[in-house]
Amino acid sequence: MKSSGLSVWRSLRGAICLLVALYLIAPLTIVVIISFSGAPFLQFPPPSFSLRWYDNLFTDAAWGDALQVSLSILLPSACGATILGTAAAYAIVRGRVPGADFLYAVLMMPIIVPSIITAAALFGLYRLFDLNGTLTGLIIAHVVLTTPYVVATVAAALRTLDPRLEAAAATLGARPVASFRHVTLPLLAPAILSGFLFAAVACFDELIVSMFVSTARTRPISVQMWSNIRGDVDPTIAAIASLSFAFALLALLGSLFFTRRPEVDRSA
Amino acid sequence: MTASQTSAPVLELAGVQKNFGNHAAVRGVDLRIEKEEFLTFLGPSGSGKTTTLMMIAGLEQPDAGDIILAGRPIARLPAYDRDIGMVFQHYALFPHMSVKRNVAFPLQMRGVKAAEIAHRVANILHLVGLDGLEQRLPRQLSGGQQQRVALARALVYNPSLLLMDEPLGALDKKLRDQLQREIKRLHRDQRITILYVTHDQEEALTMSDRIAVFNRGSIEQIGTAAELYERPATRFVAEFVGEMNFLPAKIVDQTDGETCLDVAGASMTAARAHNFAAGDRVVAAVRPERLTLSDSRPGLSGQIVDAIFLGNATRYIVRLQDGTDCSVLQAVGGAAETGSLEPGQNVTLAWDKRHVMLFAAS
Amino acid sequence: MTAGPGFGRLDRRVWLLAPALVVLTLAFLWPVGWLLSRAFTQPQPGLGNFVQLVRNPGYLQVLGNTFLISAIVTPICVIIGFPVAHAMTHSGPRIRRTLIFVVLIPFWTSLLVRSFATVILLGRNGPVNGLLEAVGLTSEPVPLLYNLFGVLAGAVQVLLPFVIFPLHAVMLRIDPTLLPAAMTLGARPIRAFVSVYLPLTLPGLITGATLVFISMLGYYVTPALLGGPRQTMVAQVIQDQIAQFGNWGIAGALSLTLIAATGVLLFAVHATVGFRASVR
Repeated sequence: MKSSGLSVWRSLRGAICLLVALYLIAPLTIVVIISFSGAPFLQFPPPSFSLRWYDNLFTDAAWGDALQVSLSILLPSACGATILGTAAAYAIVRGRVPGADFLYAVLMMPIIVPSIITAAALFGLYRLFDLNGTLTGLIIAHVVLTTPYVVATVAAALRTLDPRLEAAAATLGARPVASFRHVTLPLLAPAILSGFLFAAVACFDELIVSMFVSTARTRPISVQMWSNIRGDVDPTIAAIASLSFAFALLALLGSLFFTRRPEVDRSA
Repeated sequence: MTASQTSAPVLELAGVQKNFGNHAAVRGVDLRIEKEEFLTFLGPSGSGKTTTLMMIAGLEQPDAGDIILAGRPIARLPAYDRDIGMVFQHYALFPHMSVKRNVAFPLQMRGVKAAEIAHRVANILHLVGLDGLEQRLPRQLSGGQQQRVALARALVYNPSLLLMDEPLGALDKKLRDQLQREIKRLHRDQRITILYVTHDQEEALTMSDRIAVFNRGSIEQIGTAAELYERPATRFVAEFVGEMNFLPAKIVDQTDGETCLDVAGASMTAARAHNFAAGDRVVAAVRPERLTLSDSRPGLSGQIVDAIFLGNATRYIVRLQDGTDCSVLQAVGGAAETGSLEPGQNVTLAWDKRHVMLFAAS
Repeated sequence: MTAGPGFGRLDRRVWLLAPALVVLTLAFLWPVGWLLSRAFTQPQPGLGNFVQLVRNPGYLQVLGNTFLISAIVTPICVIIGFPVAHAMTHSGPRIRRTLIFVVLIPFWTSLLVRSFATVILLGRNGPVNGLLEAVGLTSEPVPLLYNLFGVLAGAVQVLLPFVIFPLHAVMLRIDPTLLPAAMTLGARPIRAFVSVYLPLTLPGLITGATLVFISMLGYYVTPALLGGPRQTMVAQVIQDQIAQFGNWGIAGALSLTLIAATGVLLFAVHATVGFRASVR
């Protein structure tokens, strides 16, 4: 059934895919290259190569402090989101909850509502409790923002998990906690891990809410980047951008690895 | 074959009911299963047999009624506190556990010590013929092997009752026959009490000690295969179990020993039926193999419409004078009297009045 | 047929929802509700803020800008994303895996990092301008940044996955024998595609387009970094009003407008395609 029309479409489609791929990857590649530049400005291609910007990242006080803040909130936020999200997903998919669809929508709201609104709202709330510029404030904000991703990922995986496995476990004498521990959890682990990784990356990269909720002294690296971009820019930004990109890439690869499934060939 | 009636029943159901919304899935089911018995729930889909099984397993809760297992009322107990084993239609093997771990799971849940677990798992795997496959994962096994793992897993802790929910439905015929024989063997040798659910009446007839026929939420009849076949209590059972001819008839007269009927214009007799009176419209039910063909003797007259050669028998479709089609199964030996019959020939059908059942015309 | 070991009218497992809902209510629903209420209470109770929004040409322009830019970005993403989703669905496993990986990258990488990368890419002395001059298409640097082009370039990069994945999901479910069947019935390939395939992808298209539009409405970083003053969008104004002027009333009003627009759109999609599709 091949006609010249089909192969024209195929070529066009291929060309578009290639361009899109380039478009999506090229900018990042350029940033990585610049991060190794020897020159103190953003020139591409760089005149020489050096590692000084990475060094600067860790030695300069402002960058170092910001990096430390980001790393301090990373694990608590991701863990918090993962625990809350997994529990919520399990309750919605397996528990016979009235209005499950509605509750699911509510849980998704932090990612539907534009983050500028969440940012302003939390800023206002934190003023009441003096939480602006605190690690606790940042952690709470990030848990709120990233839990929906965990819920969505885990819920999707749960829906494909045969509920008869849990029924079988029950007939074999497993109480609900044992059933969850031995049957559900191991089978859900890839999705939970994937959700955790995404929450971690989202937390590291989050800008707007962090911006509102930080102060000059306590700010995560994303906010530091932002203030730096608007001011005098040197390739240190490229260095942290590259690190951030590397982190995201690793997390993405990890997630893909854990959730791999057999392929179906649909070439047509 | 049947167990001693003096010991207490393994399972008793009394007035068990279940509604889904305003649909009555199970209406007032009563039954007893004796020790070492093989009882089958037989019925079409939606008849309530699976729902009843689920209530016995503890995966559904009855709206009313009692369920008593080995003397203990269990209707309010969760599934994991009941002493039952269950085999599901699609096996429900834990995909992330090896055969060994799957089978060991219930023992682990009961706190059995590791050494004893290893011993009992090895035993049961040997019993179902799966030696050497302990380390395999379920997806590495064939359908038949997976079913055996499911069996082993449900039996390893010696439950009082083994429930089987259409376990062979996903297998091809040859495998099904083989596994049927193995399940029967296990039942006999290990003296297990089994409750089996199926919609396949052939399967029910070959495997069971007794069969409970379900229809629209209640049991129409419980009995041995022979009882259900020879003396069906209701029209549904007569139709569902085996093949049956249903001939419209009218009661002419009732005398001491028999009932006179008008069937398609012919005068026939049936054994006395107590719940009908002269003039009633009824349905005469007779098995195809209980009809005899002749070309001369008095009986139902009709014409052969089709002759299907089955090897050890021939099936004739005979059209009677009132237009009803009738199926007659003539074993090879029975052709002696009539010879081989062709479509178009006129024949008469006769029956022994003891083999005819009368049901109300619906 | 439901099978579950929980008893009682309300499954005990419902309580697992509690922690997430509590946190969500305290740290999201309540503060957001509070913010939105500021629209009606500050600086004075009433609809004064909304009157200001309508009367002040500056606010109107920003609002109009925001919807306009979102409306431009959406079809661009759909047109570019459709062939990619199609390739993802109908290519061999290797190409598909590569495409999925490539398209996932914007999802997982920081918005800031990508916007920054776009700044470098499109700068006056950046590689794109360099390429254009080298090839001879232009004789001097073209302003690709701090204008509409910059915003679009940055936004499309980030929003493509929102179109591609829903489309891909829907395309996967289309019966592969439908197109051949249409052609045996006499439809030429293009006709078959337009009459049979395209309509079946509509749910995915609508979902994707909605996600893109809604996301773009609320964007801050992209227009702030890549756009000029004429591309100012609502998010930036909200930030200004709070950080610079402490004007919670206007900020609340603008936020409410944003949420209302989002809500109306989602509701419209729900009525046609279904809510879970639009949210996932």
